[in-house]
Amino acid sequence: MSISENSNTNAQQSRNNMDENKQGIEEIPVSNVKSGAPKVKEPFLRITKRDFTPFTIASCIRALGILIALILSALFIVCITDLNPIKVYISMFSGAFGTATRTWITIRDVMFLLCISVGLAPAFKMRFWNIGAEGQVLMGGLVSAACMIYLNILPTNILLLLMFVVSAIAGALWGLLPAIFKAKWNTNETLFTLMMNYVAIQTVEYFVDIWDKKNSHSVGQINPDTMAGWFPSAFGMKYFYNVVIVVILTVLVYIYLKYTKHGYEIAVVGESINTAKYAGINVRRVIIRTMLLSGAICGLAGFIEVAGISHTISKSTAGGLGFTAIIVAWLSKFNTLAMAAASLLIVFLDRGAVQIATDFGLNEYASEIIMSIILFFILGSEFFINYRLIFRRRKRKGAEVNDA
Amino acid sequence: MERTCAVRMVNITKTFGHVTANKSITLEINRGEILALLGENGSGKTTLMNMLSGIYYPDSGEIYVDGKKVSIRSPKDAYALKIGMIHQHYKLIDVFTAAENIVLGQKTEKSLAKKQIAAKIKEICDKYGFDVDPDQKVFNMSISQKQTLEIVKVLYRGADILILDEPTSVLTPQETEKLFGVIRRMRDHGHAIVIITHKLHEVLAVSDRVAILRKGEFVGSIKTSEATELSLTEMMVGHKVELQIERPTPVNPIKRLEVRNLTVVNPDGLKALDNVSFDLYSGEILGIAGIAGCGQKELLEAIAGLVRTEPGSRIIYYAPGEEHVEKSLIGKSPKEIKNLGIVLSFVPEDRLGMGLVGSMGLTGNMMLKSYDENGRIFMERRSPRKLAEEIKSQLDISTPSLNTPVRRLSGGNVQKVLVGREISASPSVLMTAYAVRGLDINTSYAIYRLLNEQKKKGVALIYVGEDLDVLLALCDRILVLSAGRVTGILDGRRATKEEVGLLMTTVEGMKAGVSEKEGTHS
Repeated sequence: MSISENSNTNAQQSRNNMDENKQGIEEIPVSNVKSGAPKVKEPFLRITKRDFTPFTIASCIRALGILIALILSALFIVCITDLNPIKVYISMFSGAFGTATRTWITIRDVMFLLCISVGLAPAFKMRFWNIGAEGQVLMGGLVSAACMIYLNILPTNILLLLMFVVSAIAGALWGLLPAIFKAKWNTNETLFTLMMNYVAIQTVEYFVDIWDKKNSHSVGQINPDTMAGWFPSAFGMKYFYNVVIVVILTVLVYIYLKYTKHGYEIAVVGESINTAKYAGINVRRVIIRTMLLSGAICGLAGFIEVAGISHTISKSTAGGLGFTAIIVAWLSKFNTLAMAAASLLIVFLDRGAVQIATDFGLNEYASEIIMSIILFFILGSEFFINYRLIFRRRKRKGAEVNDA
Repeated sequence: MERTCAVRMVNITKTFGHVTANKSITLEINRGEILALLGENGSGKTTLMNMLSGIYYPDSGEIYVDGKKVSIRSPKDAYALKIGMIHQHYKLIDVFTAAENIVLGQKTEKSLAKKQIAAKIKEICDKYGFDVDPDQKVFNMSISQKQTLEIVKVLYRGADILILDEPTSVLTPQETEKLFGVIRRMRDHGHAIVIITHKLHEVLAVSDRVAILRKGEFVGSIKTSEATELSLTEMMVGHKVELQIERPTPVNPIKRLEVRNLTVVNPDGLKALDNVSFDLYSGEILGIAGIAGCGQKELLEAIAGLVRTEPGSRIIYYAPGEEHVEKSLIGKSPKEIKNLGIVLSFVPEDRLGMGLVGSMGLTGNMMLKSYDENGRIFMERRSPRKLAEEIKSQLDISTPSLNTPVRRLSGGNVQKVLVGREISASPSVLMTAYAVRGLDINTSYAIYRLLNEQKKKGVALIYVGEDLDVLLALCDRILVLSAGRVTGILDGRRATKEEVGLLMTTVEGMKAGVSEKEGTHS
């Protein structure tokens, strides 16, 4: 019975959609007029979907969003902290790009965040909501650290290569488990990947306890003297390899998703499992393969963090960026090249917040409010890019009089 | 009978983006009258009525109810004005009983006892001849029971202006007749009734007056008694239409597909198909008739290799030219079937959810079934693009570009993309499910022509359809399914609508063979 109902409602719906030839455009009337108001008034505000927004208009809306955000933040700054908003904004910028060191730190953080986001891209494109990047990063970092501790006699080149491989494998395995359950029994991947994060955190804690020599509940820098397993600097740039690896990954994943057969399969599975089956795609294989890739790239992010940034391991190695990357992925609509810009935005705001907190002795919450306002408006402008507001018109006669 | 004007819509305009759904439409709805709102799909019928039921708000224009100017901002406002709409897609809660669904969302009913509600429901039922059990849960109801419940719900809320959106599209001929009886009784009680439809014979059977829309514009309204099927079509389409479907005699039919004891169990453990057996020949169109959910979907999907079949089921394919070789399709995935060298084309019911990828353009959809054929890692896009261009010009598909997501195209164009791709594969078996659902008359006839072309080429076709008139005009044989069983295989040239309708609702499966003229005396 339920099957028949389903097929029927689907059919009805698809027919409904087609019937009006309006291409999925919907309208939601907002009746916010008080019940006592006279009946004849049209609603004050109506929302309609735009069917196409030219790039220039979308850009204008975004620019306007940022401008409003800056004005609103300025008001907040003046009212609450009594500071000059312009100075605050300058300090924010200098926090991210003020000196060469700061710029490099910004670049380093952008690369780390970008790497995780790129890892999420294939899974998200397949509508597999992998929110377990945090755990996959941690596992990648954990095995990297293990290599550095136990195999520090190897030459650095070989050690790094080994770390690269095992971290990818560790991340991939961490992504594989939920993928198998999803493919075989259709379990909810969101809950599964989320819970895998906590398993990863506890695993890391366990090993931190083993490796902790000074009873300080931390591992401390690994191989500080020999620097075995540390990214060497190249061309005088400390984070050269971080940038190279992440940029290559970003471009490769972009090509993978856009031009390969695998990418096509991922897109079809993400759009509709039924269509994928109809097309003869082996859905289970695509889910497992894609999650292996997604986990592997996240594992590599852990490798980059341990070998290229912190040279240690702790439960906060991923630093919550596994979740921040979800925002980046959505902001850029799963396009890995756009993710670079979105990562930069997030890191810029974050670095700026730290800077104004120190420069003006604000407590960190105040600066975080400013960052939130900006982020809110940037996300909010997406709504206005997709929808159009229609306000109640004034009476036509009145308008004519005004024109005259 | 007094006919007062219940609703007057004046110069109503409504646009969605760049699409004008309704253009300055003026329409009157009278009490004690059944008004048929006729128009092709996409002509704006539902949009216009949705503005009465409070779903949409007009961009401009005025609405008068009982002579007073009103503003309908939400379905709540519509109910306050006693306007009720029965939507195509029923808005019921499955796990609630009939009575619970009826009182749902009505603030005034808070304190009413169950008994009183049941009594009021019974009163309505007696008055108009409905049959509703207040304690029956919705998930236990048939489609037609759900529809009845929707109507009672609307009446319970005091509506006396009723709008029914394509009410007969899911009903059997017998259920339709029953519905019309109820509608007539409501009219005789002085209600104003609007039925939205694109089926001409229904307009002629039940309405008093017809209002016709074409491409969002009001063409005119005439008394039904003065209208004919042909005159209505001309008003609806805007030019003369040949309403004749060609049916060439099958040439040299050879058995292409042999289906025996096909049984499919759905995820709920119920038999969606029960021991279905039939043969399919080259150069013929085999129609499949049945009410929604009788197993048509599973039948096609089982042949296409998309659902699991039970042990004992047999599907044998005989390739053209090598008819002595039996190729079993049981247990084979679509890819394995393809690897056997069998070109089996399938136009599924759910076009955007199964047949096409909505977010991709024409090119992306052309390679859906063939993307794996060329190249190793990278996609080969040149030949699908060429194919997309060919199909676009051959079938006259209107799309801004080959990369515009197909979900943005109109229903007719979406179907042309799908049918075009499936035919371009030069199939030996072509299965279509509801191939013309939601399409306008011109596109529908274009699809019939395409199917007949394939038939003349010797393709074996299966046509699952819901419009019995079309099934009877197009198909060589008609297989009727009821609750997963074959209740009859009729000769399309001789069968009558009543026969088919009766077999559709026969519960106990009688084995193949034409039942005697039992259907005619109903």
